Amino acid sequence: MEHLTHLADPQTIRQSLKAVIQLAEQYKKENGRIPVLMEVCGSHTMAFAKSGIKTILKDHVQLIAGPGCPVCVTDQKSIDAMIELSKDKNRILCTFGDMMRVPGSRFSLMDAKTEGKDIRVVYSPLDSIKIAQENPHKEVIFLGIGFETTIPVLAVTVQEAEKQALTNYSIWMSTKLVEPVLRELLNSKEINIDGFLLPGHVSVVTGKNNYNFLAEDFLISGVISGFEPIELLRGIYKLLHLLLNNKIDIINDYTYMVKNEGNRVAKKLMEHYFDYHDEAWRGIGVIPKSSLILKESYAQFDAQKKFHVSLSEPRKTKCRCGEIIRGMITPEECVLFNKGCTPLRPIGPCMVSTEGTCAAHYHYMREE
Amino acid sequence: MCLGVPAKVLKIDKGRALVDVMGASMYVGIVFVPEVQVNDYVLLHAGQAMTIVDEKFAKESMDEWRDVMNGTPNSFS
Repeated sequence: MEHLTHLADPQTIRQSLKAVIQLAEQYKKENGRIPVLMEVCGSHTMAFAKSGIKTILKDHVQLIAGPGCPVCVTDQKSIDAMIELSKDKNRILCTFGDMMRVPGSRFSLMDAKTEGKDIRVVYSPLDSIKIAQENPHKEVIFLGIGFETTIPVLAVTVQEAEKQALTNYSIWMSTKLVEPVLRELLNSKEINIDGFLLPGHVSVVTGKNNYNFLAEDFLISGVISGFEPIELLRGIYKLLHLLLNNKIDIINDYTYMVKNEGNRVAKKLMEHYFDYHDEAWRGIGVIPKSSLILKESYAQFDAQKKFHVSLSEPRKTKCRCGEIIRGMITPEECVLFNKGCTPLRPIGPCMVSTEGTCAAHYHYMREE
Repeated sequence: MCLGVPAKVLKIDKGRALVDVMGASMYVGIVFVPEVQVNDYVLLHAGQAMTIVDEKFAKESMDEWRDVMNGTPNSFS
């Protein structure tokens, strides 16, 4: 893994920055404006902010954070429902850590845990299977939030629950798919995007070919990129190079991780257990077939079928996470940013998640 | 949440692998990488190895980028 150390070499990073700025200036000269690129993945958003690349490039390339943070794009009603599940004392709620401090309309999972509810943070969904085995008299529910990287792991978890014939285990599926939301963003024409930096780890599962629709249907290029500074800069460089040469293409620049066809085993497992579903996205609305839910034949593991949650309309706030997710505004344009809404006291999910745009701006790009 | 961490495979045992993640050892699932072998590097996500790191491609992309940085004409698009 010697190459990973090369990816952090300061001299090559400086050279790469210079090369990107040179191409961006050429683009500006030819088009009278700076290029606008969207990084789809929340981890890319965080890496751009943390490495300082976004700040350094701000006068040369406009980098817009896309809808790639799964917690941030989850509809408020859905978040409220998941938090509401924790109320029953006969249930154990298992979740990834990101969900704990996400504000619900009335309280967060962290608040519920403080009140004594049994909520456990797990590293792998399979850990929640073990908890179900150890607690046969309690209902164990895993909050299944995630994009295509995580969905195959949920499939393996259902497979394991099936193998062990668990009757006290279910998943609250709240998954999201990348292709439908990118189509929605491009069809809405709310923002002008010259190219996409495509998510590296989602692509490990979906493969490069999953993005051919961008070039074929929308005449827009994309580069699948890794997460190290040099990889991020190389991705931007390649997009600019395509733009300057009037070429449209989908490039896999994360070849040591991503195959053209993706991971066949993962895709097969997803097909076996899940069906497409029309899903509500925060700030966007319902996007047809934009998530996967358990097939009817696995309804016994579907927490949404197993448990009834009654909800009132979500509490309205001045939070503008919805517009931030769509790339329409920056966090600084939200009246709550760094005032009423901080990582310590978040109002919207984009300030909570480790992949959230507001959190990235707060931690690494804030101007005092 | 789509975070991935590279890890080295130390041992393969009954459908799972013992891996070294930055000095810590842990067992992970290998259902998505049935062809994995000891000494391979894998990308971990939520307790599962999601892909095998292809070091040949990693070296190639770095060499290609160095050529670009050194002024060799762009050849990749």
